[in-house]
This record gives sequence, structure tokens and C-alpha cells, in this order.
Amino acid sequence: MFNHILMGLTHVFSLENLLLVLAGTVAGMIVGSLPGLTATMAVALLVPFTYTMSPVAGLVTLGAIYMGCIYGGCFSAILINTPGTPSSIGTTFDGYPLAKQGRGEEAIVAATLASAVGGLVGVIALIFLSPPLAEIALRFGPAEYFWVGVFGLTIISSLAAGSFLKGMTGAGLGVLISTIGIAPIGGDVRFTFDIPAMQGGLNLIVMLIGLFCVPELLTLALNGVKNHQALEFKKQKGVLGDTVRKVLSKPGNLIRSSIIGTVVGILPGAGGNIANLVAYNEARRASKHPEKFGTGIIDGVVATEAANNAVVGGGMIPLVTLGIPGAPPDAIIYGVLMLQGLRPGPELFTERADITYTFMLAVGLSAIVMIPVGLYGGRLLSRFVATLSPKYLIPGIGILTIVGSYAIRNNYTDVLLMLIFGVIGFGLRYLGFHGAPIVLGLILGPIMEEGLVQSYLMGQGNAWPYVTLFTSPLSWVLIAFCLMSFFWPYLGHIKRFLRRPTGRKVPFDTDKEE
Amino acid sequence: MKRRNICALLLILAVVLALPLAVAAETFPSKPLTYIVCFNPGGESDLTARIQEAPLKKYFGQDVIVSYKIGGGGSVGWSELIQSKPDGYTIAGDNLPHIILQPLTRGNAGYETLDLQQVYMFESTPNILVVRQDSEFKTLQDLLDYAKEHPGVVTAGGSGSSSANELGVIMLNKAAGVKLTYIPFSGSGAATPALLGGHVGALMTYSTMAIRYKDKFRPLAIMSDKRMSVLADVPTFKELGYDLVEGAYRGVAAPPGTPDDRIKYLADTFDKVMKDPEVVKKMDENGFKIEAMGPQEATDFVKKKMAEYKVLMAEMGLIKK
Repeated sequence: MFNHILMGLTHVFSLENLLLVLAGTVAGMIVGSLPGLTATMAVALLVPFTYTMSPVAGLVTLGAIYMGCIYGGCFSAILINTPGTPSSIGTTFDGYPLAKQGRGEEAIVAATLASAVGGLVGVIALIFLSPPLAEIALRFGPAEYFWVGVFGLTIISSLAAGSFLKGMTGAGLGVLISTIGIAPIGGDVRFTFDIPAMQGGLNLIVMLIGLFCVPELLTLALNGVKNHQALEFKKQKGVLGDTVRKVLSKPGNLIRSSIIGTVVGILPGAGGNIANLVAYNEARRASKHPEKFGTGIIDGVVATEAANNAVVGGGMIPLVTLGIPGAPPDAIIYGVLMLQGLRPGPELFTERADITYTFMLAVGLSAIVMIPVGLYGGRLLSRFVATLSPKYLIPGIGILTIVGSYAIRNNYTDVLLMLIFGVIGFGLRYLGFHGAPIVLGLILGPIMEEGLVQSYLMGQGNAWPYVTLFTSPLSWVLIAFCLMSFFWPYLGHIKRFLRRPTGRKVPFDTDKEE
Repeated sequence: MKRRNICALLLILAVVLALPLAVAAETFPSKPLTYIVCFNPGGESDLTARIQEAPLKKYFGQDVIVSYKIGGGGSVGWSELIQSKPDGYTIAGDNLPHIILQPLTRGNAGYETLDLQQVYMFESTPNILVVRQDSEFKTLQDLLDYAKEHPGVVTAGGSGSSSANELGVIMLNKAAGVKLTYIPFSGSGAATPALLGGHVGALMTYSTMAIRYKDKFRPLAIMSDKRMSVLADVPTFKELGYDLVEGAYRGVAAPPGTPDDRIKYLADTFDKVMKDPEVVKKMDENGFKIEAMGPQEATDFVKKKMAEYKVLMAEMGLIKK
């Protein structure tokens, strides 16, 4: 194996491949920062360009674009409160407040470092631990996915930032919205109002732009007369060194988030969109200052960005070993592998090892390339956005929202839906509802629905078909996770209640912790 | 005088306006071709379009833009296609049985089967029943015997609802007098880990998947007319006494009202593409069966299948209109 790695290294460090990694990463970063253009689309659009390349060069380019794209999503998340890809949803929670306080550069430096570390951890797992980790992917069947979905919903307590009830209401709304369109199982037509385009359901990206970006634009426009700038801009000295020190002084958060990203990446059907939120939740839970999350804390940005880039390597683990794509962009990379006559499986690591290792190492290299490119380009971009007057910024982003929501499926209905949900999102914000729980419900709804119905169908031989949800040990573990995660926020109450000295009453409103 | 001037002006205007039309009519194609893929990147439809893309560009004589319109199991793309300009520059990949079953079972799918003007049916992927390499079922008979004794217990995963895979299971249940429980997954790719992880007992999948996972799956029988050369040791259901031929068929369609000469040009182009040695090789390697049906032949085939599925779906009580 080590001779394969050495051989791969000599291939990666050829001039051609280095240039491809650099170009791919930069292109990916640009595409990723545009809301509406996801990593999947970026990789798919680039496929034709790889036809004229050798298999190695084509794969190297696609891998670098994928990596760059997931990272690029943090720019728009931090600077305009709109995740550039669904993998950066959580980055808006703390990234945008930081930018508002004039600490946008700090957020971008932290995101860059975290992305690079996360990307590297994922690739290291890919190179060294693929076969055992791929087995994990297979353990998850319909019942397990149902519980993964339920576990995801328990994160609400951390996303709601304020009212748990409002968070749950938002998530319920999201789950309901996810049922629009053709049922994934059974094929029933639901809530389409006889509009053919609605058969595809409401797209996640459309909702992200509608619920995150449009309300922000409207708020900006309303304040526009008073403020000359959308974001505060403070010239910070030594921000680079300080932030790097700050991020690296807490390796626990970095490593935990990277591992979460890798594991979620391995599970087919769950990608960066879930990984970043799970990592955010866990970072908040492990933190000594959970109350600071959501107000602009570097740890929040680090968690989400490390996790989503770790998904890149993690998602390739089942791909190269079993031929099962871990995340959507991997499905396209799979198609390219097939076209090049490279069949995933053991032979990829033996007979075709030169191609495979070069590819994996190039993906790792692109994670490193992000550091200089991101630190230079990203900070430049943050200065540009911060000093731009709202009268240019608002129409500029406005156009992006329309182009972005159209581009995702080349469909005008999506633009209309984006605008409608934008107005709804604006109203909801004033009522104290955040977009994140709604979007989480939208992501998890189909996972839970499929798992539930498939488990039910699989239990047809039993007297009580739903029993399949509770039969595997892995399901029990996941159920335990769900319970733990759900009751965690109340643990403080319970502990205090138990420790309370008899006879002295502790008023309940003093121990608000969420 | 004045009126004559106006007349002359109008005449000139008419000529000027007609000129590009006339030129365009003479030299089709003079614009890039938009090829809509209605399914997720990475699936069979996308893979096919990707194999065709480069030779298509060459034989069509203009650029080819592959564009995705995904959703509703293809219906979102097809309902948009039928509203596109019927000038021969917009086509979409279309799939059987989807384009027949959706209008049948959904009430309003946004299009009618025959709205899609068939250009060329290029490939099929026959249904194939597979189990895991280490499964106790060595032959189709083993599986059917067990299923007969344990009705509903054997689960067979497949790609989605109202798909060729589901039809295959329904047909097999009927022909063999068994009850396999069909479990739909979102795409043939999503069903694979369920079999490998032992969550379903078997998969009714496409020939392409049996080749992709040939070292992990054990194919029991294939629903094609004859054995496929790339899966030469897999018996057909016919050989084993069940007259079942079913699978997914893929081709391209144009909006209704596209002129016949343009349809013909497109069909000829696809015919050349599908006979290109490089394409034939890749199709073979990936487990696609080349069909090569022209516009008329493809339309007749669609009509024949429509009648067949209508009976089957009526029996199942799945027709919604």
C-alpha cells in the first residue's frame, strides 16, 4: 500500500495534475459560493470536460472541484447569510453574526482552516480505513435510517436558539413540506395542486434561498436608508495569526467534527447537509459556553466547515470499495469511473492502484490548496462585500437568488416558490421562527418516510409489521442516541432538581440554559 | 404612390423576416441541441447520455447541451418537454414503463404518453433477479420454493414504485403463484446497499447493476428474450418456464408537432451514434442492450406496451382515471 501511496504522490506532483488541482479547487470555490449551484451540479457540469482528459486527470479535476465547492459554500453563508451549498447551512448560524460584528475575516480564516483539516481527515480515512469503514455503510437498513432521521430531528433543541416549541413547529412544517410531490414509495401524488412542476416536490436549495437569503435582503433593504453598509467593517490587525491560534488551540472540536463528517459521509443518502448540522449540535453540546452559539462564535463555524469537507473523503469510502456513492456528487464520480472502465471494488486498489491513489491523494491535496487560495481570495471577498453599499449589494444578491433558484432544476416554478417562501420566511422571522429547523425537517422528512414505509413493508411476514423498526441492535443504539439527545437540554434541570437542598426552592426561570 | 410604398416596404419586410426562416429550414441543424435528462446525474439515463454526448455532437453537426430537469420520477422534465418549441432543437431522454404508467396511475402527470413524440429507442435494461453471493438460494427454483412456503416473507428490493422492477415482481408473483414483498427504493443505486447489508432478501434490478456488482450479486434469472452476452451464464426466465420479458427501455422524444423531417434527421443521427463502435463497446461493458428502434417502430412499441400495462394495472386496481 505504501508503495502505491508513494507512486500516487509522484503522479500528483506532476505539473499537469498540480495545475488541475489548483484550477479545480478555485473553480469549485467560486461555484460553491453561488447559492443555487451545488457540488453535485458543479461536478455534473464538468463531466463533459473530462472526456478529453486521461482518466487520472479527469478524476483529479472532479475531486478538486468537489472539495473546493463544499468549502466555497462558507463564503456566502458568512457574508450574506445564505448557504452556498446545503452543506453550509450551519455556517450561517455563527458566521453571519460574526460578519455583522465586523469579524467576517476572522470567520473566513477559521472556516478555511477547519475545511482544510476536515478535508484531510476525510481523505486520510479514505486512504487508510476504507474497507472496514465501508462495512458500516451496509449495516444501515431502512429501520436504521428511520432512526437516523429521528436523531436528526432531536438536534432542533440546539438549532431553535430560543424556543423549543417554535423549533419543533418549524421542523414539523419542514417535514410536511417534504411530503409535497410524488411519494418516494407508492408513487402517490401529494399536494401538487395539479401543477406538473410540483410533482418534483419543493427543492431544498429553493427553500434555502427563500428562507435564508430573501428575508436577509428584505431586512437589509428596510434598514438601507439608515446604514451605509450591510456589514460592519473593522480593519483588524493580526487577524490571521490570532484566528489560527484560536482554532488550533481547540483541536477537540476540529477532530470531533471531522470524524462526524467522515461517518455521515459514509452513510449513503446522508451527506454534508446533515453532517454540518450534527457537528454544530455536538460542538454546542460539548462547549463550556453553549449559550454563545448562534451569537457569533468561532467554534460554530469550525464545527460545520470541518464536518462538511470531511464528507468529501468519507463519501468516497463506500464508493471506491463497494461501488455505493456515499453522497450525491459521488454518484456522478461513479458514473465517470464506469465510463472510464474503472469498476469500484478490490481491483481498484490493486490493478488500478496508480489511478486510485493518485485520485485520493489529489483530493487531499486540494484540501491543502484551499488554505492559501481561501485566505487570500476569501478575505479579499469579505472586504469587498463588507465595504459594498447596500444599493449595489441588494440588487446584486437579488439577481443571484433568482438565477440560483432557476439553475437548480432549470425551472421557473422554482423561482416563484423561492419568492413565495422568501416572503413567508420574512414573516416567520418576525414571529421568532428560524429557517434552520424548517430546512432540517425538509432534509430529514424523506429519510424518515422511506425508512418507515420500507420497514413496514419488510415486516409484512409478521403479525405486527412495525416490529422491524425495533429488531436490530443498531436500531437500539440509535434509539438510545435519540433519547439522550432529546433529553440533553433538560439534563441541567434534572440534575439541579436532584441536588436541590430540601426546603429551599429554586425558581425555575433562573436555570434557563438552552 | 403612398400605398405602393407601403406595399413595397411590407414586401421587403416579409422577405427579410422570411429569410432566416428559409435558411433555417434548409440547414437544420443550425443551433445547438438541448438534450434533457430527467433523472439524477449518475443514474442509467445520465450514463447513457454521457456515453452518447461526444459522438452525438459529431453526427448532429452542432453542439449538444445536456441539461437536467429532475423530479417526479421523470414527469417534471417530460411535462416541460411537451411545452417546448417543436423545432427539433429540444429533446429529452424518455423511459418505459415510466411514460406509460405515470399518466395511468397519477390522474394528471402533466403529459400524456403519446404527447411525447418518439424519436429513437436506443436501449433496454432487462430486469434481473439477484441475491447475495452468500445467499442460500442457488437457483430461481430455490427461491420460489422457499417463497411458496413462506408467503410475504421474502423481500425483493427494486428501483421505485411503478417501475419496471415493480412490474417484474408483480409478473413473477402472478406467473409462479408466490408472494414476494416488493420494497421500493429511490433508484436502483439506493437498493444495492440494502441487499449487500442483508436488509432485503433479493433485488429485482436491471442488467446494468448485475454487471456493476458481479462479484457481490448472484443473478438467478433475467427477464430478457435471449441470454445477454455479457451475462452469458445467467438463464432467462423463459428458459426456466416463465414467459416473462420485462425491463426498462430508454430512448429520446421530441415535443408534439416537431416536423417529420427533423424527427427523421434526429433519428438518423441517433442511429449513427448507436452504431459507433466506441458507443457499442461502452454500452456492452455497462450491461445495456442496444435496441435501435426508429420513430415509427418506437411509437408502435410504446402503443403495444400501453395496451399490455393497462391490463396489468387494471388487474392490480392501480388505474386512477
